[in-house]
Amino acid sequence: MVDVTPADGVPPAEVAEMELYHPHSWWTKYVFSQDAKVIAIQYSATATAIGMVALVLSWMMRLQLGFPGTFDFITPEAYYQFITMHGMIMVIYLLTALFLGGFGNYLIPLMVGARDMVFPYVNMLSYWIYLLAVLVLVSSFFAPGGPTGAGWTLYPPQAIMTGTPGGQDWGIILMLVSLILFIIGFTMGGLNYVVTVLQARTRGMTLMRLPLTVWGIFTATVMALLAFPALFVACVMMLFDRALGTSFFMPAIVEMGEQLQHGGGSPILFQHLFWFFGHPEVYIVALPAFGIVSDLISTHARKNIFGYRMMVWAIVGIGALSFVVWAHHMYVSGMHPYFGFFFATTTLIIAVPTAIKVYNWVLTLWRGDIHLTVPMLFALAFIVTFVNGGLTGLFLGNVVVDVPLSDTMFVVAHFHMVMGVAPILVILGAIYHWYPKVTGRMLNEAMGQFHFWVTFLGAYLIFFPMHYIGLMGVPRRYNELTATTVMTESAHDLNAFISIMAFLVGFAQIVFLFNLIWSIRHGREAGGNPWRATTLEWQTSETPPAHGNFGKELPIVYRWAYDYSVPGAKEDFIPQNMPGSFGSSREPA
Amino acid sequence: MSVILVFLLVIVGFVGWWLSHQRLMAKPWLEQGLIGDIIGPEGSALPTAKIGLGVFLAVVGCLFALFTSAYFMRMALSDWQALPLPRVLWFNTGVLVLSSIALQCASVAARRGEIDAVRLGLVTAGLTALAFLVGQLVAWRELTADGYLLTANPANSFFYLITGMHGLHILGGLVGLGRTTAGAWNGARPERLRLSVELCAMYWHFLLFVWLAIFALLAGWAATFIEICRQLLT
Repeated sequence: MVDVTPADGVPPAEVAEMELYHPHSWWTKYVFSQDAKVIAIQYSATATAIGMVALVLSWMMRLQLGFPGTFDFITPEAYYQFITMHGMIMVIYLLTALFLGGFGNYLIPLMVGARDMVFPYVNMLSYWIYLLAVLVLVSSFFAPGGPTGAGWTLYPPQAIMTGTPGGQDWGIILMLVSLILFIIGFTMGGLNYVVTVLQARTRGMTLMRLPLTVWGIFTATVMALLAFPALFVACVMMLFDRALGTSFFMPAIVEMGEQLQHGGGSPILFQHLFWFFGHPEVYIVALPAFGIVSDLISTHARKNIFGYRMMVWAIVGIGALSFVVWAHHMYVSGMHPYFGFFFATTTLIIAVPTAIKVYNWVLTLWRGDIHLTVPMLFALAFIVTFVNGGLTGLFLGNVVVDVPLSDTMFVVAHFHMVMGVAPILVILGAIYHWYPKVTGRMLNEAMGQFHFWVTFLGAYLIFFPMHYIGLMGVPRRYNELTATTVMTESAHDLNAFISIMAFLVGFAQIVFLFNLIWSIRHGREAGGNPWRATTLEWQTSETPPAHGNFGKELPIVYRWAYDYSVPGAKEDFIPQNMPGSFGSSREPA
Repeated sequence: MSVILVFLLVIVGFVGWWLSHQRLMAKPWLEQGLIGDIIGPEGSALPTAKIGLGVFLAVVGCLFALFTSAYFMRMALSDWQALPLPRVLWFNTGVLVLSSIALQCASVAARRGEIDAVRLGLVTAGLTALAFLVGQLVAWRELTADGYLLTANPANSFFYLITGMHGLHILGGLVGLGRTTAGAWNGARPERLRLSVELCAMYWHFLLFVWLAIFALLAGWAATFIEICRQLLT
C-alpha cells in the first residue's frame, strides 16, 4: 500500500479560488444563469422537450409503416419530413446536447471538485445559442413547404432539389442554419468542459483519479470539438450551393426537364465531410454513456470498477480510432475496393477496446453485491443492448455483408440498438441515479420499475423483429410497401406489431416524464448521498448543491473514485475526500 | 481528406505527448493520500484563458484544414479553372504581418509595464487589421469586376468562401482587440491587461499563419508542394 500523505499533516487547499459571478436578480439566477448546474438543467429540459417532438414523429412513421394507407395526413412528403427531423433531432439536438450540455455541465464541476466551469459567461452563451438553434429547427415545421425531407444525412444533390420536401423551400435552409448555430454553441460549451477538466480539478484529483464519467465526457468533448467542424464545413458549403448557386456538391443535373445552373460538383465530397463528423458522432454519444455506466455499475454493485486503467485507455483509444473509420458508411458509394478493405479493418479493430470495456463491466459485476435499483437495471440493460447492437455492427462493418444489407431495415435496427436504445438507457439510468442530487428527492420506485421494464422489453420487441424483416429484404426509406415480393403477409404483420410496441414504449416515457415532475414535490427525501457513493458530487454540504458547489472550502481528494467494499473500512464505501489509509489486506504495490 | 488527417495526426501527437506526462500508468487503487504534493500542483501553470484559447485555435485549425481538404478534393474534378490572384493580396499579407508584429511589440511592452507602448501597439494592430479587411474587400471587388464571379467556377467559390471565413475570424478577433484596447485606456489592472494583450497576440499570430497557409493554397503553391511530396514518396 502506497500512502502518499505527507508526514506533516494536510496543507490547506492551494487551488486558486475562482471569482464566482453572483446573481443579483431572479432573472440572472434562474434564466440567464452562469451557474453550470442551472445551465445543465436548461440544456436537459430543452433537449427533452425537442426529444418528445422526435418521439411523436417516430410514432407518425410507425403509424404509416404499420398500417399503410390508413392515415391520409401522412403523405409521402410528410413521411420523409418525419424521418429527417426524427433522426436529426435524436442524434444531435437530444443525445449530443443531453450528454455533453446536460450531464457534462452538471457533473464535470461537481465531480472534479470545481466551483463552476472555468468560463461561466461563455457557458451561458452556449446554452442560449443552442436554444436558438432548436427554435430555428422548430420554426421549419411552420415554414412554407415544411421542414426538409432530405433524410437525416442531407445528401446532395437531392437535399436541395425540387422533388425533396423543403429542398427548394425554407426547410433545408433552416436546417443548415440551425446546425451551424448548434455547432457554434456547442464549441463554446465544449471549450468549457475540456478546460475545466484540465485546469479546475481540486487538489489531489489527478487524471487517474477522475471518475470514468468525467473521462467519457471529456474525451467525447475533445472528439466533438474536432469532428463538428466537418459538419460545419459541409453545412456552409451546402448553404452556398442552395442559396448562392455554387457547385461544391452539385453535379450537372436536369430537373423537371430543365438543366440546372449547377455543374461539376461532387456529392461524394459531401458524404466524406458528413461522415467524417458522423462516425465520431456515434462515439461522442457512446463514450459518455460508457463512462456513466461504469460509475453506475460500480456504485450499485458495491465493487470497484474492474480494470480502471484499461477503461481509461480504451476510452482514449476508441476516441482516436473513431476518426479513421468514417467511410464504412459509404461502402455503397462506389469507392475503391482497397478503401473498403482499409475501412473494414479499422472498423473491426475498434471492436477490441470496446470489447475490453464490456468484459470489464461484466467482471465488475462478478461476485459484486448487486443492488437491483432502477439505475442499475438500466445500466445492466445497456450492457446487453450494446452487445446486441455491437454484434450486428460486426456484420455491417464487412463490405460484402454491408452491400446487400445497406438499404434494408437491418441497418435501421442496428443503429437504433447501438446508438438509440443503448445511450437512451444510460441517460434514463443516469437520471434515476442523479435526480436525488439535483432535486433532493428520489424518483418514485414503482413508476421507475414500470418504466424500465416496458422500455427495456419493448425496445427489444421493436427492434428484434426489425432485424428480421431487414434480413428478409424489406428496404428502408420507403413510406409504403404493398404487394412486393419482400413484403409478405407476415412481414406486414410484424410491421404492425412493431408499431404497437413503439406506441407502448412511447407511453412509458410519458409515465417517466410524469414521475420527473411528480417527484419534485412528492418524492421521498433523499439526503445527501442516497446511493452511498464515493464521488465528490455526493459529498457536497448541501443538496441540491448551492452556487459554488462546495461550501467554504473545496474538497481535497485522497483516493480514487472506486473504493467500495474495502476490507478493514468501517463502511462499504470511502468517499474520495476522506483522508486516511484503509485496506491493508489488498495486494501489495 | 489527407490534409485533415495530417492535421489530426499533429493533434494526436500533442495529446499523446501530454497524456504521457499524466501518469497514465499509475495504479490509483493502490495510492492513497495527496499525490499532488509529490508531482506538483494540478493543472498547468499556464493561465486558464490561454489554454482555453489554445483549444479554440485547435478547433479553428481543424476548420481550415477541412476547408483545405475539400478544396483539394474538389480541385481534382475536371471543371476546375484556377483564378489569377489579385496583386493586392501581397499588400494585404504585408499589412497582416505588420499587425502581428505590432501586437507582439505590445505584448513585450505589457510585460515591461510600458503602458504607452502597449497602447501604440494595440492601436497599430487594430488599424492594420482593419486595413487588411478592406484590402480583402478590394480583392473581392477586383475579381468580380474582372468577371470571376462566385458561381462561375468552383475555384472562385472556394476563394470567396475561404477568404470570407478567414475575414470573419479576423473580425471576431477585432472585437476582442477592441475590448483590450478600451481596457488599456480605462486603466485595467496591469496583469489583466498583459494577459489580454498576450491572448490577442496569440490569436493574431495564429490567424496570420492560417492566412499564409490559405494564401499558398489559393495561389496554387500548396498543390505544387504536395505534388512534389507525392513524387518523392512514390
